Amino acid sequence: MSQLLQQTINGLALGSIYALIALGYTMVYGVLRFINFAHSDVLMLGAFAAYFLTPRVEALLGPQSIPGAILVVVASAVICAGIGMLIELLAYRPLRNRPKLTVLITAIGVSLLIEYTCQHRHVLGAETRRFPTLFPSSDFHWQGLTINSNDIVVLSVTLFLLAGLWFVVQRTKTGTAMRAVAFNHHAAALMGININRVISFTFGLGSALAAVAGILYALKAPGIEPLMGVQPGIRAFIAAVLGGIGNLPGAALGGLVLGALETFAGGIPGVSNYRDGIAFAILILILMFRPAGLLGKLQPEKV
Amino acid sequence: MNARSTTTWIALLAAALLLPGCQPAGNQSGGEIVVGEYASLTGKEATFGISSHEGTLLAITELNAAGGLLGKKLRLQTEDTQSKAGESATVVNKLIARDGAIAILGEVASSRSLEAAPICQQAGIPMISPSSTNPKVTETGDFIFRVCFIDPFQGTVMANFARKTLKAKRVAIFTDVKSDYSKGLAKFFKEGFLKEAGYEIAVELDFNGGDKDFKAQLTAIKGAKPDAVFAPCYYTDAALICIQARQLALNVPFFGGDGWESDLLMKIGGESVEGHYFSTHYSPDADGGKGKEFVEAYKKAYNGKLPDAMAALGYDSAMILADAVKRGGSTEPQKLRAALADTQNYDAVTGRITINPSRDATKSAVILQVKDGKFKFIETITP
Repeated sequence: MSQLLQQTINGLALGSIYALIALGYTMVYGVLRFINFAHSDVLMLGAFAAYFLTPRVEALLGPQSIPGAILVVVASAVICAGIGMLIELLAYRPLRNRPKLTVLITAIGVSLLIEYTCQHRHVLGAETRRFPTLFPSSDFHWQGLTINSNDIVVLSVTLFLLAGLWFVVQRTKTGTAMRAVAFNHHAAALMGININRVISFTFGLGSALAAVAGILYALKAPGIEPLMGVQPGIRAFIAAVLGGIGNLPGAALGGLVLGALETFAGGIPGVSNYRDGIAFAILILILMFRPAGLLGKLQPEKV
Repeated sequence: MNARSTTTWIALLAAALLLPGCQPAGNQSGGEIVVGEYASLTGKEATFGISSHEGTLLAITELNAAGGLLGKKLRLQTEDTQSKAGESATVVNKLIARDGAIAILGEVASSRSLEAAPICQQAGIPMISPSSTNPKVTETGDFIFRVCFIDPFQGTVMANFARKTLKAKRVAIFTDVKSDYSKGLAKFFKEGFLKEAGYEIAVELDFNGGDKDFKAQLTAIKGAKPDAVFAPCYYTDAALICIQARQLALNVPFFGGDGWESDLLMKIGGESVEGHYFSTHYSPDADGGKGKEFVEAYKKAYNGKLPDAMAALGYDSAMILADAVKRGGSTEPQKLRAALADTQNYDAVTGRITINPSRDATKSAVILQVKDGKFKFIETITP
């Protein structure tokens, strides 16, 4: 029984990371109707930004302080927002009026470009590095159960950002513009909305989310390398599809469900090596039987 | 660009590509002996490749300082495999065909040695792998040798260690299903451990190399209440596994194979890897052999850096080759092959090496423990 509870805790902890990454995927999709595959690499860049910023911030504010950690996270998010906007400007904007498939393939290209450039030994190198401890963490033990304080931080940050994003998209002027662009960007342009600015903002916001997710992921497993984003990125993409791509609460739900399923599978001897297979089987099943996802509404393809 | 200038460019490009091919194959007449080496100097397993290369280079330098072989100087021609699949075949072909290497030294990773071995076998050029432990490598043919032990031996060593030193009755096995090395070690460990009555495997779980979250499996392992956990994997995964095991209060000894040996194990794992064990080829603290001299020479050559097992094996691979050239009195491939196969009780840095009929080295293994952020020598286990 306690093992079952422990696995639920493990699953929620893992799932909330997936959920956090999935939020970024789903938001960009919601506005632009395209999957930004470079999202998982921006996540990696976020972790590395924090890796390089931490010693400098610690020299200023002392080691492992809460304000220092927040400063590192915010600064990395800002850096990654810049990177995200730059990627959009250089790679996606010139293709704005091309078929969606062109942009999708370009996104895969951008992703590979970042991964392999960073692996070069004069850039970051392929070696795994130890991610610094940003703030003190402790394990709470209770009746044979263990909860790590980092997992609680991840879950609260995910919920907080979900609420924040919902507020931005539904209740602010920029959010209204984002929804208008999502609905029909030609009409939105005619209404006087600066489309380039809205799309740029969306990418910036999505990339900032990726940076936060990257740092929290690195805190959980403190070994970072240029390919660290690939595996959680794919899971988060599946989580976004599972919840209904384009739907913010759906992404969070999808992440939690996927994390829990994977964790339960991982704990069963003989099934544990099919952990990755289970994630992909879910993707196939969802696409076959409920393509709009758990919380999504099916809409006819716009031509 | 118009069509004509395109043609010119293509012609120039073709000329540039053909030029190196004009060099005569084989540089033996130049009064030097070329030894080919292929190693992962960059990429994922760069730590291993660089150590191995440094050991080999030190051996060649020492041999030349002592006057070379058969009155000729040695030249080490090194090619980088970038830790990538496919690259080994290309560079080894080049080493044989263009550089005229008398023998090929390499690689660390079994998968890449398996790629190059058929090429060396077909060309009839002896190949010596410093540290590929998968049994299949030398099965390729009679020109393929190695100076390290193989996985069945390492698995058995760890099984004996678990029974005798750790006094564990129930052991959990945690395997990386993506790696042949890990699966092989797990299999041989299990066979060795269950050989005697009264011992059992508590639970067997798998992960995919590169995973970051192991808590699901570790929770199940904790539930099975093992006395110790055998995790044959590479150092990055090992470090993360140890960290998460500590978080879950799974406080039993973990132990693995030579894939654990890297400074990064402690850098990433920190406190959490303290007290855990692994088997490897060599320890600078072990008695006997040429260990002490080698450590001094290596430290002098590389700014005080302490050699690891890969460096020692890289050194031994070159020294075994030199020994065979001396005994056979020739660099002619057939004679060299015969001399290598005849190696008996050679006093190497990593222990006494005898090449057995399957062209593997019969030699001892050492057990190390992580203690105060360093590797502490525990015991030597002979076959």
